[in-house]
Amino acid sequence: MAKVNISIDGRPLQVEAGTTVLKAARDQGITIPTLCYMQLEDLCIEHNPGGCRLCTVEVEGRNNLAPSCVTKVWEGMSIKTHTPRVINARKTVMELILSDHPFDCLVCAKNGTCDLQKMAQDLGIREIHYKGEQSTYKEDYSPSIIRDMDKCIMCRRCETMCNDVQTCGVLSGIYRGFDAVVAPAYEQDLEKSPCTYCGQCVAVCPTGALTEVDHTNKVVRALADPKKTVVVQTAPAVRAALGEEFGMEPGTLVTGKMVSALRRLGFDQVFDTDFAADLTIMEEGTELLGRLTKFLKDDKSVKLPILTSCCPAWVQFFEHNFPEMKDIPSTAKSPQQMFGAIAKTYLADKIQVKRENLVVVSVMPCLSKKYEAQRDEFKVDGNPDVDYSISTRELAHLIKQSIGDLKNLPDEDFDRPMGESTGAGVIFGVTGGVIEAAVRTAYEIHTGKDLPKVDFDELRGFDGVRSATIDFDGLPINIGIAHGLGNARKLLEEIKRGESHYHAIEIMACPGGCIGGGGQPLHHGDSSIIKKRAEAIYKEDKGKAIRKSHMNPEIIKLYEDFLGEPMSEKAHHLLHTSYFDKKKSTFIES
Amino acid sequence: MANYKMHILVCGGTGCRASQSEMILDNLKTELETKGLSDEIQVIQTGCFGFCEKGPIVKIMPDNTFYVEVTPEDVKEIIDEHIIKGRKVNRLLYTDPDNQEHIADSKHMGFYKKQLRIALRNCGFIDPENIDEAIAKDAYQALGKALTEMSPDQVIAVMKDSGLRGRGGGGFPAGLKWEFAAKNASDQKYVVCNADEGDPGAFMDRSILEGDPHSVLEAMALCGYSTGANKGLIYIRAEYPLAIERLKIAIKQAEDYGFLGKDILSSGFDFEIELRYGAGAFVCGEETALIHSMEGERGEPTVKPPFPAESGYLNKPTNVNNVETFANVPVILLKGAKWYKSIGTEKSSGTKVFALAGKINNVGLIEVPMGTTLREVIFEIGGGIKDGKKFKAVQTGGPSGGCLTEKHLDTHIDFDNLIEVGSMMGSGGMIVMDEDDCMVSMAKFYLEFTVEESCGKCSPCRIGNKRLHELLTKITDGKGTMEDLDLLRNLSEVIKDTSLCGLGQTSPNPVLSTMSNFWDEYIEHVTDKKCRAGQCAALKQYIIDEEACVGCTACARVCPVNAISGERKMPHEINQDICIKCNACYEKCKFNAISIN
Repeated sequence: MAKVNISIDGRPLQVEAGTTVLKAARDQGITIPTLCYMQLEDLCIEHNPGGCRLCTVEVEGRNNLAPSCVTKVWEGMSIKTHTPRVINARKTVMELILSDHPFDCLVCAKNGTCDLQKMAQDLGIREIHYKGEQSTYKEDYSPSIIRDMDKCIMCRRCETMCNDVQTCGVLSGIYRGFDAVVAPAYEQDLEKSPCTYCGQCVAVCPTGALTEVDHTNKVVRALADPKKTVVVQTAPAVRAALGEEFGMEPGTLVTGKMVSALRRLGFDQVFDTDFAADLTIMEEGTELLGRLTKFLKDDKSVKLPILTSCCPAWVQFFEHNFPEMKDIPSTAKSPQQMFGAIAKTYLADKIQVKRENLVVVSVMPCLSKKYEAQRDEFKVDGNPDVDYSISTRELAHLIKQSIGDLKNLPDEDFDRPMGESTGAGVIFGVTGGVIEAAVRTAYEIHTGKDLPKVDFDELRGFDGVRSATIDFDGLPINIGIAHGLGNARKLLEEIKRGESHYHAIEIMACPGGCIGGGGQPLHHGDSSIIKKRAEAIYKEDKGKAIRKSHMNPEIIKLYEDFLGEPMSEKAHHLLHTSYFDKKKSTFIES
Repeated sequence: MANYKMHILVCGGTGCRASQSEMILDNLKTELETKGLSDEIQVIQTGCFGFCEKGPIVKIMPDNTFYVEVTPEDVKEIIDEHIIKGRKVNRLLYTDPDNQEHIADSKHMGFYKKQLRIALRNCGFIDPENIDEAIAKDAYQALGKALTEMSPDQVIAVMKDSGLRGRGGGGFPAGLKWEFAAKNASDQKYVVCNADEGDPGAFMDRSILEGDPHSVLEAMALCGYSTGANKGLIYIRAEYPLAIERLKIAIKQAEDYGFLGKDILSSGFDFEIELRYGAGAFVCGEETALIHSMEGERGEPTVKPPFPAESGYLNKPTNVNNVETFANVPVILLKGAKWYKSIGTEKSSGTKVFALAGKINNVGLIEVPMGTTLREVIFEIGGGIKDGKKFKAVQTGGPSGGCLTEKHLDTHIDFDNLIEVGSMMGSGGMIVMDEDDCMVSMAKFYLEFTVEESCGKCSPCRIGNKRLHELLTKITDGKGTMEDLDLLRNLSEVIKDTSLCGLGQTSPNPVLSTMSNFWDEYIEHVTDKKCRAGQCAALKQYIIDEEACVGCTACARVCPVNAISGERKMPHEINQDICIKCNACYEKCKFNAISIN
């Protein structure tokens, strides 16, 4: 790459041609404030609409200030990043943004993690000189996400996630001028849109405009109710990120501390969704092998590839966008729902608690799980298999309000039976993990041989679409992996065109998989954090005594005592589901 | 036009149509039919003559008689007197305001004397719905010349040499723009005509499209030929139904004649033109916003570079020019760059069309050589200020421009001179104000427009303009402080400095230019709570003169808020805190005892 000579604040330097002023300055350690700009390098997402105008700098020879996020360097460019004119402009623009923002910081869900709040602090705003009318919009409550657009600053990050990354096309700018805001078309409620509740919009929102539906109070009330037995399940990705909320390094595993915190919060039993992940593998793996065998015998009634179905946002996505293909995904319920179904039958029996007195809480890295938990097909006589789903962030709030810190808690282990899990269950939390877990089991069942090597490096990584061929003892199995719904769409279009050569495909709605879920601690645009969480997940897997789902002794026992065998009638009733055509269910109210 | 003895031209511009010019047209035809003259006299509906103040206009050729303010009822007299008896109808002729004499030939009227019509050359002369008339006025000759005698580079060279600058407001050299688009290699390129005219009061683009659509179509084909594009798109606001209709007719006719379509004039060059409709957002006049709107995206601008010439419509090289710019092109190619350059000033060659509006006698559309002074435009062509009032200011450049005063009247109008004195050319809006106009209110009026038209993408424009408008409202409501004036200035400068596109970067101009030219008015509003123009209702004070008041109680009885008190037959008094300035007492008083401060 060619280099150009520029100077920043009087200091000459060489940078690559085509670099933006913002990058050149930040590489020099110079602070330039930004609100709308977002660079998720590892996920190949750059969002630079040039809208907030906080990053402006002075460029010699230019009449007005230059937005550094979109202005590229040129030979001989002279940049000044903090002249009085620049600072005054930034502060004035910041005051303007604040002048159209509700001042309820102390009770806002984003208090303390709000980019706008931090920016106001950094810029030393002590007074809003420009007061006036504030724009107000109706609040929008969906099962997973709350939109309070009074707090929207039009950074449009959510739009990039929703349209460019996830290709859901739900959010876009509507109205003009002072009234402009990001919303579903015609300012409809999210619930009437094809929103998947993946929560990636929430994950990148710099303010409290987009937040999760908070179920912590309901959980606290259930815990305090003497009539209720409250059990909790924790998804694999939670343990790899929860520590961040307590100031720990990204990638710190806090499995044991999390268990002990949950116990101190008053949960009667602390279980692991990983157990249900192992169960999912038993069902999904068996389904895969069944379909595969029939397919190889040229049975035309069987469709391949089989698609994973543990991600609720992904399920919503194909129900809305590809309903004609709803018979392709595995019918296996997600681990969250398998857990709920088993807890309210097998476990309830075992511990002698009536269904209506057993409360199942899930802790998920995900916001779509809230929506999944309340789907009608996952209820028995109106009683849901999973009562409340809370995010990693909500769990952190619960711990902070009740116990305080996490750091000094002792490590404790999950309760049995539903706390027993394998390494295969753990890696569900990262892109490629579900299919790797499935391969570990399917290989051994299909070939009857032990795997020579448990780790499948060829299935790991962060490329949006990956593929690998696994040798099932002479039978080559083509595996596809996509994370991010935009990438999923590519694979689905391939299948639709009849060009897909895959036998099985894993799809995760969120970039990075569940570790990058919409309910995780906010990464504020630093995508290296997601990579560190992945490392933690693989570390947990490596440390497990058992790393294949079908070897989980409690799973074996569950089949022996209760389910019979994978895909049995009982398993089918409790652990499988069906999908709906939602293409026409979103409608526009006149 | 050869077979007829006489032609009656009737203005069919939107303005004159609103004053029943279509009925005049119908009446003329019926009357001629009745008199058996239909074969000898042809009635033609033309585009706008420009002299809208005096519309509807009917012109008789070859007598060169220019009738003004004609009504449908006047038709019979025109036929009987003028056409049959050869006697001009004096009462329908224009009256010179200086000597009260009737003028029949428009070129002797003050309004037309100093004009030079290049872009508007055919407006008011031809039937825009008849391509033959356009061809009789040289339409498509330049295209023929270019396709048969010139290389694309030669066309661009002529454009560059002519010095033609973008008439949409930016003033960027058109030839250079064409060259950029030509140099960017691509399998597909586009030519876009920006007909999203949005400045309040400006209607030159509409008039050109309504009066001479072929000039624009021909220019777009020329641009396509020289830049390597074979697809043209006209982005026109849906509020211009007449222009749209005439464009559709013109495109169809040009296709039928082989001036558009495949293998034009057997040259092997293909060029087709489609219309795209805008919903009338002002910001869609900004070329990147315009392109996004055409693509079906939200009409909002993106940062340049990349310029449309590199990546425009559907990410292909695209050349965007405004209607008026295009209208100049065919003439330039026919008469040469040297001829064009000889008109106007050194850095701004040619002419410019202005829409004269406001407190001026001759409201209308005019075209003058660059370098004409503001004084000539306002006092000679415009005929001076209405009702003998005093000139106060002129706003050029629309909502993005600035307002100029008495001391700027001798400025020679061109792109650079206007910027130098703190305003800009813009698309050619020119609104004249007199002593009754409050300059703070004027700034507020323009801000109201920009607040309405901001797309909302960048924070300074979205929120800043709203706050500017609120501050100005506070001042005109008499609640402003000196600190507000500081805030107003700082905010204006920051919005200018930090906004994303031209709309935000220029929206504070009306505030900044009125602040620099009429600072004392701002101070008066703030410190004395006074509006010298008497326009700010909140600052008006109704006062009863004790000497003149006879105590009839009429004012007290009519006051809707009981602000007036006083004994019968004793002088009354108005409580200023209660008064809502409704003017009822002022109108009621028979003794002129109430005055407005």
